[in-house]
Amino acid sequence: MEVFVGALTIFLLALFVGFEIITKVPPLLHTPLMSGANAISGITLVGTLVTSGQQLTTFTTILGLVAVAMATANVVGGFLVTHRMLGMFHRSD
Amino acid sequence: MSIEYINLAYLAAAVLFILGLKGLTNPRTAVRGNLMGSAAMLIAIIATLLDKRIVSFEIIVAGLVLGALVGVILAYRVPMTGMPQLIAIFNGFGGGASALAVGAALEEALKGGFVEGIDVQFTLAAAIAGLIGGLSFLGSAIAFGKLQGIMGDKPILLPGRHVINAILAIACVGLSAWLVIDPSTSLPFWLLVGTASLLGLMLVIPIGGADMPVVIALLNAYSGLAAAGHGWVLNNSVLIIAGSLVGAAGFILTALMSKAMNRSLANVMFAGVGAAVADAADSDKMYAGRVKSASPDEVAMLMDGARRVVIAPGYGMAVAQAQHAVQELTMLLESRGVEVEFAIHPVAGRMPGHMNVLLAEADVSYDKLKDMDEINPTFRQTDVVLVIGANDVVNPMARSADPSVPIAGMPILNVDDAQSVVIVKRSLSPGFAGIPNPLFAADNTLMLFGDARAMAAALVTALREG
Repeated sequence: MEVFVGALTIFLLALFVGFEIITKVPPLLHTPLMSGANAISGITLVGTLVTSGQQLTTFTTILGLVAVAMATANVVGGFLVTHRMLGMFHRSD
Repeated sequence: MSIEYINLAYLAAAVLFILGLKGLTNPRTAVRGNLMGSAAMLIAIIATLLDKRIVSFEIIVAGLVLGALVGVILAYRVPMTGMPQLIAIFNGFGGGASALAVGAALEEALKGGFVEGIDVQFTLAAAIAGLIGGLSFLGSAIAFGKLQGIMGDKPILLPGRHVINAILAIACVGLSAWLVIDPSTSLPFWLLVGTASLLGLMLVIPIGGADMPVVIALLNAYSGLAAAGHGWVLNNSVLIIAGSLVGAAGFILTALMSKAMNRSLANVMFAGVGAAVADAADSDKMYAGRVKSASPDEVAMLMDGARRVVIAPGYGMAVAQAQHAVQELTMLLESRGVEVEFAIHPVAGRMPGHMNVLLAEADVSYDKLKDMDEINPTFRQTDVVLVIGANDVVNPMARSADPSVPIAGMPILNVDDAQSVVIVKRSLSPGFAGIPNPLFAADNTLMLFGDARAMAAALVTALREG
């Protein structure tokens, strides 16, 4: 129960921080916000690393491999495409 | 590395994620913000790899290399017009990875792996991550299929779909309960992932093209929540924090997109809007004898004499790949002393911010891209509005209070306030909402019939020669 409440505290506080910051993102940057946030959701990679480093059975090993590959594609592709997109935005001088 | 240091590294990563998202609130700091986010991710990954519980690295390295390759290729090969599909597919990857990884963690825990014990927090979070992960995986795959044109853009309305959805949802709850009550087998978990995937499919197939911005934002929120659920399973703070940040981002965008259509999320998800076919008699009556068609030369003359021109783009501009021709037209008009700005409706296109990205790619500077609230008061001082590939977002019928009008109450670009309106469009066919547009028959409107790219190029030629 103690652990649960701790996790719940972190979860709710992070949600509030997220709402406060993200409501300030202008519509101009909504697509990069989505792709950047999307890359962050690839954080699930961190969890997949721990599980797939155990290699208890063949089944979990395969699951781990697929999960790591998918999450990595999400992270790498997401940050790169956001970078590429943001590089196109410029002001008139 | 001991667990305290790993947790400290996670804390640093979480702070950097927050600062990175904060950077995205301004175009000047956005690039740095994104880099901070990537640095945070790198820190989190390296700290994790130092975890003593990891006994072998072959699988990890193989997965990392494979995934990185796919990510790099997709990120650099996909054209800007393909961005909605790409984001859909990345969402699916994130959600799918969460579901599979939680499944692997459950299997290992059942075999006496590293997870201390299977308690209620573990099984409940596993159920949540499996449910949302599966749902966002197949839902995103369907969204990808629709956006890529593999599947039709129109809503697919199965008979009895509400009943099927209800049954699937109840089955998901039941399977979750089974997993929590009897955590001795992983069977309910995998059944849950399968059922949730089916539910994801069922929820996205009835959604039509123009409602995609809402769905993409919602799937984005889900992929974040799936990651947070994964964090609860592993008791990992950085997963919980990053996941809820993404969840918040997704939900905010979802709410903004629904609001920009004056529809509730439930209406977007379940009403099957866009399947209606316009009543031909209705539009004939509205358009009969009132529609004035113009040639590119006439429109060029009109714009050449203008002080201020506003361009209102829609999804049609993306389909025709007209953004570069439009930028050429903009430059030419500006070189003749015409003030040019762009009017961007929040739901123009297939994802939040779609038009901004396309125009930025074509080198239009971002200070000319004005959102709806900013541009609407300026239409009265505008000589010519050029509507390119947009329809419902400029349809004055949205001002009607009659609830039988599907777009009633939707905030629109008030282009009809301008002196003259030129609409570039192939025909008088209705937009997504399936209703005729009285703007086409208005006294101050000229229709420029043709493909968006061809017509923008024709205007450039006509201006140069004129």
